[in-house]
Amino acid sequence: MNPVIRTQDLARHFGSVRAVDGISFDVPAGIAFGFLGPNGAGKTTTIRLLLGLLEPSAGRAEVFGEDTRTGGARIREQCGALLEHTGLYERLTAEDNLEFYGRAWRMSAAERQARARELLDGFGLWERRKEIVNGWSRGMKQKLAVARALFHHPKLVFLDEPTAGLDPVAAAALRDDLQTLVSRQGVTVFLTTHNLPEAEKLCSQVAVIRQGRLLAVGSPQSLRGEHANRVEVVGRNISEATLDALRAYPDVTGVERANGGLTINLRPEADSAPIVATLIQHGALLDEVRKGRASLEEAFLDLVEEEK
Amino acid sequence: MITDILTVMGKEFKEIFLLRGSVRSTLINLAILLGLAGVVFPLQMGALWLTNPTGILTWSWLPLFLVMGIVADSFAGERERHTLETLLASRLPDRAILFGKISAAVLYGWGMAVLAILIGAVTVNIAYPGGGLKFYPLNIFAGAVALSLLAALLISSIGVLVSLRSATTRQAYQKMSLAFLAVWMLPLVLQLLPDSISRPLFQALSQLNLRQLAAGGLGLLVIADIALLAAATRRFRRDKLILD
Repeated sequence: MNPVIRTQDLARHFGSVRAVDGISFDVPAGIAFGFLGPNGAGKTTTIRLLLGLLEPSAGRAEVFGEDTRTGGARIREQCGALLEHTGLYERLTAEDNLEFYGRAWRMSAAERQARARELLDGFGLWERRKEIVNGWSRGMKQKLAVARALFHHPKLVFLDEPTAGLDPVAAAALRDDLQTLVSRQGVTVFLTTHNLPEAEKLCSQVAVIRQGRLLAVGSPQSLRGEHANRVEVVGRNISEATLDALRAYPDVTGVERANGGLTINLRPEADSAPIVATLIQHGALLDEVRKGRASLEEAFLDLVEEEK
Repeated sequence: MITDILTVMGKEFKEIFLLRGSVRSTLINLAILLGLAGVVFPLQMGALWLTNPTGILTWSWLPLFLVMGIVADSFAGERERHTLETLLASRLPDRAILFGKISAAVLYGWGMAVLAILIGAVTVNIAYPGGGLKFYPLNIFAGAVALSLLAALLISSIGVLVSLRSATTRQAYQKMSLAFLAVWMLPLVLQLLPDSISRPLFQALSQLNLRQLAAGGLGLLVIADIALLAAATRRFRRDKLILD
């Protein structure tokens, strides 16, 4: 199956600044893809390139098999987008905002009405649909902007920080909605976020970008696995000689005492069973042994630090 | 394409009527303007308003100043309020966005101008009754209607070009005001021309009759409108607008 998005050595330079610097990745259809990176990493520029709003300086990008250089209009027809700003017409009502974009996508009056009800109801905004958006809170505007991005049933949605400004309950509800969208309707979601636990929950694949360069692409699990593998031990009778024995293993990269226990850092692919056996052989009394799972956040920070 | 243009126009009209915060305050402003152009000035001029082309041709320009504020806001305002990028990321074609915005501004300004002209006729009939219903001679009326349309198009096209290049509505409005000030100053500049140039120029102009002069003026406006619309179409490029 062809990927929905494919980039090959995609680059965009602004003078001497390489905003996007030769990135290559594929996004398969029907998944949530997280595009992670610190501020100024090139996330927004990449979205603009993928939507055909900017021309690449080098390389190429295809969305739905269309070259973004020549097929921008056909790409945008099939996409929804919540970009850096909500992009709402604040002098208009919530209903007018959805109505305009519904018309822009040639939805019938009945479709527009039904979809507005469905989305606004879902976000708890139906009762306030006749209000001018200007007086709304940031979270409400953000919800409306997400509703607008999804309004015309796009096959691919670009969401730039969709939960920014939402309270935790609304953010969790939106994550659930997006998960449903992906799993039941097969929509592809291209998500940028600074909220790494959110990306971990939602995305089946992520890419990490920094200073325009792609540092890693893969599933959150694989990124976590590559960047942290450790054993956490709670117990007694762990002597310095035991620690020295552990340090002697080639797969052990570090041993630390912490909070009455022990953290043993291993190489990414290392097996933890011999480590536990060594502890027992040296007379350690173990209350608990836990295979440590680094969070995506830790993996991300590792990646970014390594690149520095 | 027409459907897309109408979609953009619909949105623009909604925004125009809410430009001053509420539809009510916009209508009050319009009422003041129409009161001046359609009631006060015709009353000052009397029955001559309907027969002498000077009044109607001069004051039919007045509502067109409405267009300035609207077109200044068209792209610069969207950029300032961070709605432009979302609009550009939609499926709407470039020309639908451009012509939708220009058409809304032109229709609004031109509509107000024609309304002012018609209210003027009603005012004269009410203030100076007798002798049956009076109306403008057809050539004057048609000339005023055509002039206001072409002038609205001219102002819109210039305004859109300026707005495309401006970061904020205020900046666009200031640039446009300067441009129009220069146009208004043109007669003064002509007076400052040396005799060797101004005399033959005025002689040539004085030999033209009103009809020729009007036709020439309208022809010039048509050419200017086409050139400016072409320039705006060329200038409208999504990547440029995003980077600006």
